[in-house]
Amino acid sequence: MKPAPFDYRRPEQVDSAVEVLGTLGSGAKVLAGGQSLIPLVSMRLAHPSALVDINRLRELDYVRVDGDVVRIGALARHARVLADPAAGAAQPLLRQALRLVAHATIRNRGTTVGSIVHADPAGEMTAVLALLGGSLRVRSSRGERNVTAGELFLGPLESDVRDDELAVEAALPVLPPSSGTAFVEVSRRAGDYAVCGVAAFVRLKDDGAVAAARCAYLSVAPTPLVLELTDQAADPRAAGEAARAQVQPEADLHASADYRRALAGVLTERALTQALAAARASGAAAA
Amino acid sequence: MSELIDVVLTVNGVPRPLSIPARRLLSDCLRHDLRLTGTHVGCEHGVCGACTVLVDGLPMRSCLLLAVSVEGNDITTVEGLAEPDGALSAVQQAFRDCHGLQCGFCTPGFLTTVTAGLRDNPDPDEQQARDMIGGNLCRCTGYQNIVRAVLRAAELAR
Repeated sequence: MKPAPFDYRRPEQVDSAVEVLGTLGSGAKVLAGGQSLIPLVSMRLAHPSALVDINRLRELDYVRVDGDVVRIGALARHARVLADPAAGAAQPLLRQALRLVAHATIRNRGTTVGSIVHADPAGEMTAVLALLGGSLRVRSSRGERNVTAGELFLGPLESDVRDDELAVEAALPVLPPSSGTAFVEVSRRAGDYAVCGVAAFVRLKDDGAVAAARCAYLSVAPTPLVLELTDQAADPRAAGEAARAQVQPEADLHASADYRRALAGVLTERALTQALAAARASGAAAA
Repeated sequence: MSELIDVVLTVNGVPRPLSIPARRLLSDCLRHDLRLTGTHVGCEHGVCGACTVLVDGLPMRSCLLLAVSVEGNDITTVEGLAEPDGALSAVQQAFRDCHGLQCGFCTPGFLTTVTAGLRDNPDPDEQQARDMIGGNLCRCTGYQNIVRAVLRAAELAR
């Protein structure tokens, strides 16, 4: 239960971090909050040859609302993002999701960008990025590129961030007018990984009809699953039935596949009901 | 690979120069290198909360931190919670008064967590007290007396 030896680097600037990652080659991992990586390394489920510790890169410790985008730097801890009033107002799903990420103690160290790169299909922030169609900005000595949520998640714990790349920022769209979001999940104990979780987004037309609705799912697929539910969302119960028919979860120690499927249906109904109410309230406030 | 790195960790206000491998967990560094054995190691993968210490005042799992990574931060362990004259802090006193411990293994993690929790919310109701300790496991008490201790500590601090 102790990490095996690894080469350790602690750059002070983003440029030098990127340079170090470029020279270390394959097998190097970026250490941000480490709340998922350190247990994996301790249990020797991950064997990085080197860790590049980015906890000194103060320039990446930011959360800001930039026009119609919320930008989260790679060193912004979950707790900081959760407490940011401007980001919370601009995209309410951030707070709705972050309060469900592990325990406060873990949120004090873990980073939002790190949990996205970690690509755990049970992770709340991966679902948020997928649902909102956000993106990740990654940098390497070869240059910089933007990876959309659709391209990012390759499989469980596998994201399209290469060994020599540093994820520097996650970008999420702000909530459009007449829209609402919700995040609900069921876990064995508060703070545990969710047995199933659903994030919902709803946008209404001027006449109150549903213009767009979709849900993202935790723990039911190898990558964050997003279902398009625009046609069903006006009746959340029907949308729940539709979701239940479409998800194909697997059984594990914590829940059977049938139970997960049932939860996906029930939680879809609850999440859409809440998101619809929020969207109506947002439309009414604007009118 | 296993070369030693020179760092100075600030623990309970005292700068402690150390020469340690990068892979040394903060929990092990505190217990083995600094002989501060008040911090307990239970699960060693971030689930039980026994090893919780304060890093710049915020509770964090010391088993999920590399010691070399917290150079420059202020680390407070359970040994650093008492008053300078050795008197128990309000949280420690409340745990004693309310029998908020039995075997005591989990207690250091509860004390650090609650110390920070009451600083952020000095007047919690019972549900908030339960939320505050939601990330810490205790296998003896059934938590009832720990919740009472949190509420009592808030009273004592007023």
